[in-house]
Amino acid sequence: MIAYPLPPARPVESRSPADPMPAPSPTTPQRTTLYDVHVALGARMVEFGGWEMPVQYGPILDEVRTVRNSAGLFDLSHMGRVLVQGRDAVRLVDLVATNHCARIPVGAIRYALFCSHDGNPIDDVLLYREPENVFIVVNAGNRAADVKWLREHAAGLDCHVLDQSDELAMLALQGQRSQQILQPLVQGCDLSTIKYYRFGFGEVCGMPRTRISRTGYTGEDGFEIYFPVQHAARVWNEILRAGRPSGLAPIGLGARDTLRLEAGMPLYGHEIDAQHNPIEAGLGFGISFAPEKGDWIGRAALERVQAAPRRRLIGITTAGPRAPRQGYELYAGAARVGYVVSGSVSPTVATNIGSAYVSIGYDRAGTALELDINGKRQPCVVQELPFYSRTRK
Amino acid sequence: MRPNDRRYTKTHEWVKIDGEIAIFGITDFAVNALCSGNEGDLVYCDLPEPGRLVNAGETFGEIESVKAVEDLNSPIDGEVIESNTVIEEHLEVLSKDPWNAGWMIKLKPRTKNLAEYELMDAPSYDAYCAAQKH
Repeated sequence: MIAYPLPPARPVESRSPADPMPAPSPTTPQRTTLYDVHVALGARMVEFGGWEMPVQYGPILDEVRTVRNSAGLFDLSHMGRVLVQGRDAVRLVDLVATNHCARIPVGAIRYALFCSHDGNPIDDVLLYREPENVFIVVNAGNRAADVKWLREHAAGLDCHVLDQSDELAMLALQGQRSQQILQPLVQGCDLSTIKYYRFGFGEVCGMPRTRISRTGYTGEDGFEIYFPVQHAARVWNEILRAGRPSGLAPIGLGARDTLRLEAGMPLYGHEIDAQHNPIEAGLGFGISFAPEKGDWIGRAALERVQAAPRRRLIGITTAGPRAPRQGYELYAGAARVGYVVSGSVSPTVATNIGSAYVSIGYDRAGTALELDINGKRQPCVVQELPFYSRTRK
Repeated sequence: MRPNDRRYTKTHEWVKIDGEIAIFGITDFAVNALCSGNEGDLVYCDLPEPGRLVNAGETFGEIESVKAVEDLNSPIDGEVIESNTVIEEHLEVLSKDPWNAGWMIKLKPRTKNLAEYELMDAPSYDAYCAAQKH
């Protein structure tokens, strides 16, 4: 989940009549504490989700390969971090989120969505389960809506919604060499004991009790860390310096978008949004219909979708010269059967890839379809997501 | 300053009259917006066939980088005589030399009088680009 592709130089989506993307905010974009560090590293900065973020430091495809082959460092400080505190924290999260928070073991993390009553997502999130509190990581562009939604539904409950986004920095270290790079900088925590989608606390670069999770948005092993924002530049530089001999490099949001698409991970505004529900997006693993969870917002609507889905999110590969892009339509002969929601050149799969919604009946792997690229047809083939999967530790 | 032997569009194409023909391409600013100096990020360019008639402002092709697709718009009216097919296989030419080797289209212009169109000279275009960079 959760990452940030760049807006195209001119949004391709604007060509689609069914454009689901909100208009860009007219206000001045915000900057993370690391803005000057990125600029000094030669990053190209673009606006994303209301933030001015590094889209790339060098060639995007090289950055993708760096993460797949060694390791990459990402500034994700634009993302939202929210702490729900208090006796009813779990109860609130179980009301607004699709996953069953009460069943998440303490120290574990689960993917979930916040949905409206119509079952369509407001955002997708990660839930970090603590003994009483729940720490939630949300998308930058949806942070204000998420916090408002949580607070509205907290009325009458014994809990408090604390938006920690401005106080905390967030970095991701991704790639097979992440643990070997990070461990020497960590005291009091053996990183090998933090399993996939678990978190712990340790002293990182001298900062006590820093939250460390084995999570990411690239399909590789890796960690995400959260710490007081005033340490951001120092910690960024210390990790980068420690990792340079292992091939670590800073990576922008451009490569991050390709990495997440290769790994079959959804991005809000593409695979999911106010018109695209998580059932048809194949995100059932983040949704609990367990009776013990009780009723929750969007449940009834999503049960109806589950009973009768109309379309399905699939992968497409194309040997043609053009990469699929959001808004391109898919045809089977003369019949329009679907449309693309994400696309990229993929160095890992060595072809052009995309994710697309197609009507049920055209979703089987191996189905031959055609992309309509402004009136020109290009053959493509349906395949199951993800395009890339590493062997998990 | 950019070459002043030609005129520029607000959508970052250049056009130059050379004898009886017009030549156009895209500017360094357009190339940089697509690939930021990383020529390997350019992946595709689609140019029109000879014989096609185009009007000023009309989209005649597309150029694509890893993360973006940009329309190519004709600065003037005319008939396409030739496309630079070298570019389709060697997109790096665009970042190395957008002004000469990176030409895209040769056109038989409806008129050689570029003053008929809303185009900028080099100093105006430089100022226009500077303003776009915030």
